[in-house]
Amino acid sequence: MIKLTGIEKIYQTQKMETLALSNINLEVEKGQFISVMGPSGSGKSTLLNIIGLLDAPTRGRIVLEGAEIESYKDRHVAKLRNEMVGFIFQTFHLISDLSALDNVEIPLIYRRMSGSKRRQKALEALERVGLKSRIHNFPPELSGGQQQRVAIARAIAGSPKILLADEPTGNLDSHMGGEIMEILKGLNDQEKTTVVMVTHNQRLADQCHRIIRLFDGRRIS
Amino acid sequence: MLKNYLIISFKVLMRRKFYTFISLFGISFTLMVLMVFFALYENSFGNIPPQSKNDRILTTTYVQFGGKIFSRISSPGYVLLKHYLKLHTLPRIEGASIFSSRNNVDLLFHDRTIKVSRKRTDGDFWKIFDFRFLKGRPLTADDEKKSNYVAVINESTQKKLFGNKNPLGAFIELEGQPFRIVGVVPDVPALRDRPFADVWVPLSTAKTKAYLKDGVFGDFNAVVLAQKRADIPLIKKEYSERLQRLDYPVPEPWTYAKGRMETYLEIGARSTLNKKGYLDKTYANKFRIILLIGVFIFILLPTINLININLSRILERSSEIGVRRAFGASTRVLVVQFIVENVLLTLIGGILAFGLSWGILQVFNTVDIIPYKNLRFNFLIFFFGFAITILFGVISGVYPAWKMSRLHPVAALRQGAM
Repeated sequence: MIKLTGIEKIYQTQKMETLALSNINLEVEKGQFISVMGPSGSGKSTLLNIIGLLDAPTRGRIVLEGAEIESYKDRHVAKLRNEMVGFIFQTFHLISDLSALDNVEIPLIYRRMSGSKRRQKALEALERVGLKSRIHNFPPELSGGQQQRVAIARAIAGSPKILLADEPTGNLDSHMGGEIMEILKGLNDQEKTTVVMVTHNQRLADQCHRIIRLFDGRRIS
Repeated sequence: MLKNYLIISFKVLMRRKFYTFISLFGISFTLMVLMVFFALYENSFGNIPPQSKNDRILTTTYVQFGGKIFSRISSPGYVLLKHYLKLHTLPRIEGASIFSSRNNVDLLFHDRTIKVSRKRTDGDFWKIFDFRFLKGRPLTADDEKKSNYVAVINESTQKKLFGNKNPLGAFIELEGQPFRIVGVVPDVPALRDRPFADVWVPLSTAKTKAYLKDGVFGDFNAVVLAQKRADIPLIKKEYSERLQRLDYPVPEPWTYAKGRMETYLEIGARSTLNKKGYLDKTYANKFRIILLIGVFIFILLPTINLININLSRILERSSEIGVRRAFGASTRVLVVQFIVENVLLTLIGGILAFGLSWGILQVFNTVDIIPYKNLRFNFLIFFFGFAITILFGVISGVYPAWKMSRLHPVAALRQGAM
């Protein structure tokens, strides 16, 4: 499903170079639930951004669903992200002036899809995360857990093959965090969606199939 | 996809209502001023009756004669125009008309006296200028030849004296001379100096015949109607050369003579730029350039302002930009979305501007700053306004959209989280 070979990421400014990732090799099978752990600055989010094609590696190869990513041209990767990847962020990144339903529709806007079909898929996603009664609410009117569920609905609305979750429970209390984790596990179990989750929480990580540990940009396990 | 852009754009506009209001105010005010200005310009120089043939009409400027010790500049006299320059024989013209400058005189009708602007004309005046007659007929060459005491009045004068009654055949008195009304025309805007008057009478009904003996200077103007626009340079050249070849001592022998036939725009430019005596050249191009630069600067300032507002908004919308990119929006899609948002905003501003402009034009038409102006909207103004609106929206949206598209999605998300 996901294969990274010799991935390196260097951030270059005028004053210095920062090695964010070095020689990362990783294989994730379809339907696996992987957690990525490590101290702050170890390159976890960078790794997630590279897997999700939000950022291009300085060196190395990425293969997604058997196809090697050869070109990082904007339109090409935008299409791949839209079709294959769903993102869940620690700070939710919901658009506060759009309703829950409108937020969930965002990935579907960039596909050739009728308005009614788009709406139907968005409703299904919200129902999947148990928020059917809140479709017209705006993010400021929702609790943290509800906002994250909307974000999950947004991530899954387009039926992506890969879910990338960057500390999805980081801004939630343990109870809500547990709820979110149950949703992600449910998606993984039932839909066989591949999930790669960055987390600091060992308890959550232990619920995953595999733990990848990073330190100073290198994979240590 | 366009429908999506429009829906998203509308929602974005409704988000920050205050920002939207500020932007709309700037846009609509700018566009309103431009449309009113264009209406004024069109009213002054456009091809509308009685100057529908404005692009083929040439008119005389001042004439200047100078010698070793003297120099004089003034309006040309009847004798100069008729007998020395022989305007009627200029090449490639359909007609030539000599008429007096307008004079303010008292008009007496029964026991009422009103002040009117009177112009004396020949028959060709009514062929070159295409007045639309509400009643009756124009003055003719025969009226001029026979010194018929007949008059054409404008609609305002008719309303003041006769109300809704038919004035044809009635007699009015101008400077003690009775004139029978034979025609009524719509008001001519005062900005249209050459055809403008309240009352028109035949040249030959002048109280004194001094104008027939006056020399090169006088109180007259002339217009000629070229057969084709392409003939204009030839007519101008011939007129100037005839002036140079003039065999007339003025008051004294002269060494140079200057004078031009110019289009209405050239006359307007000369007058606006206060170049009465500078008869060596024309000022139409300079006038156009000044107007264009003025319009450009006037549009540029709010455009820059709107660009700045949009740029600051990009920072506010970093999170949204990052999210959209994360979920599959390409740079092109985001740029188009942003430009559509901006064009939608300017279109709304344009619609408001149309409304405001219409209101302002109604106020102008009511207030008597410029007599008989009839500022109105027409297709040209509408098209011009619409084009400017779209251009405004695209230009003020392109640079911010380009800046936004350069925002790396990871950086955008990080900024949005801060």
